[in-house]
Amino acid sequence: MFGVAVAFAPAFVASGYALNAITMTLYAALLAQSWNILAGFGGQFSFGHAVFFGTGAYAMAVLQVKFGWNAWAALAAALAFGAAVGAFVGLLTFRYGLRGSYFALVTLAFAEVFRILANTFPFTGAGVGLMVPLRASAFDLQPASRAGYLYFILVFVLASLLISLWLKHSRYGAWLQAVRDNEESAAALGVDAFRVKLQAIVVSSTLMAAGGAFYVQYLHYIDPHLAYGPGVSVEALLGAIVGGLGTVWGPLLGAGVLHVLGEATRGLVGDAPGVNLVAYGIVLILIVTFMPHGIIGLLRRRPPTKLAHA
Amino acid sequence: MLEARDLSVRFGGLQAVGNVSLRVAAGQIVALIGPNGAGKTTLFNLVSGSVKPDAGSIHFDGGEITGLPPHQICRRGLARTFQMVQPFAAQTVRENIAVGAHLHHRPRRAALAKADSVATRVGLDAERDKLATSLTIAGRKRLELARALATEPKLLLLDEVLAGLNPAEIAGVIPIVRGIRDSGIAVLMIEHVMQAVMHLADYVYVLNNGQLIAAGAPAAIANSPQVIEAYLGHGTAARLRAESARA
Repeated sequence: MFGVAVAFAPAFVASGYALNAITMTLYAALLAQSWNILAGFGGQFSFGHAVFFGTGAYAMAVLQVKFGWNAWAALAAALAFGAAVGAFVGLLTFRYGLRGSYFALVTLAFAEVFRILANTFPFTGAGVGLMVPLRASAFDLQPASRAGYLYFILVFVLASLLISLWLKHSRYGAWLQAVRDNEESAAALGVDAFRVKLQAIVVSSTLMAAGGAFYVQYLHYIDPHLAYGPGVSVEALLGAIVGGLGTVWGPLLGAGVLHVLGEATRGLVGDAPGVNLVAYGIVLILIVTFMPHGIIGLLRRRPPTKLAHA
Repeated sequence: MLEARDLSVRFGGLQAVGNVSLRVAAGQIVALIGPNGAGKTTLFNLVSGSVKPDAGSIHFDGGEITGLPPHQICRRGLARTFQMVQPFAAQTVRENIAVGAHLHHRPRRAALAKADSVATRVGLDAERDKLATSLTIAGRKRLELARALATEPKLLLLDEVLAGLNPAEIAGVIPIVRGIRDSGIAVLMIEHVMQAVMHLADYVYVLNNGQLIAAGAPAAIANSPQVIEAYLGHGTAARLRAESARA
């Protein structure tokens, strides 16, 4: 239903500004949903999701620019690279039982290492970054209209929503949430926690890489800081936390609220750099303090028990 | 069904379990008793795979399980509960039990149906839709039991399912444990509540300082001098005997 509503949006929304706003919100929702699958459902709080985003973005850019690949093939490769890096990070961290803040720190370190590598090697464009030439054809995955990009990102957002719905109603999802809540108990009930977490990080990293690939196609440019810097990691986790961790619709809602907030602060204070980050910070503090279960948690809060007896 | 031979494990300078052998036959309730710190829970951790033994072997249901990780041991039909109850806090009672049920039931609907039937069996019917954290300690102990039962084990290790319960609650759980045995699941239980051990157990092992000091039928164990001394201190058995002779 949500998909249909968004899919028809271009027919009614004529302004480029509004289409861009919807597209960028969907893009943020994809990042948040990706993070939510690993952290909200799996309890593994990554602080360096940029490592998957950047890998997808660079695979997309490098394969097209340096190797002359077709964009569709590069997209497939970007997803595969994202999955592979996810598996690699998962194998290293989960094999050695890293949890909680240790897992967060190691993922952050991975993102930083990749950022430095991307800054160093010539084939990534080093510090200058890479420009993807404008071609504007569906064959090159550069739709002629803004609506085309909206459909591009919508496909992945719908995929992430379907995965989240499936997590709520499947054995795998039950196992993943059991591992999140108590790994020892889950193992004692026959759940292979290592395997379950590894699968979750691969799904999450693939979706994140899709976000990176989209970013490159939409904005035609990538550099090490945009790809692997902490900004993307924070954007991903903020959307999920603000919306509601471990919920199907929370990340989408959170991404929407943050987008509006970002636009509002920009409108209020002009283009002073960093002010929107200050606003984000304040919102995060307020949300964590007053809405520990995010916006979804607030909407869902049951009436006080006293009323139930009245 | 379960046979542990010469199990030993050492934590630093502490011999937590030394050369312990025990067996549980199909259809039995076997109790493991002993003072605090005797190594009972460590022995459970060895059998269920969360601690690897330094020496010895464990055979279960016709195969060796020594050193296997916990989830594989559970998949072979050996389930356990934890003394410190560890519910999946963010989930309802029903969802908690369904995690165990999923081991043999892939579809969500089948697992939830199984969870409902197990909830009925342990008397958590009315609390199915409550959050696990809203249960009383007695309810949480039942939940531990239910989750383990939902994996459809052949042998169930119960780590103090009665500890912290009041007499009425204990009286409520004892028939459940007996019912589990009667349905064909063997039980190995750690228990401090002697009334329950006497009522339920077919056979009792007594552990002290990591060593087995006695084994036998419950009535025989209750009169064993070694056991009395392990609990009440050196010389107590002789003194008690002298006092009862005088009386």
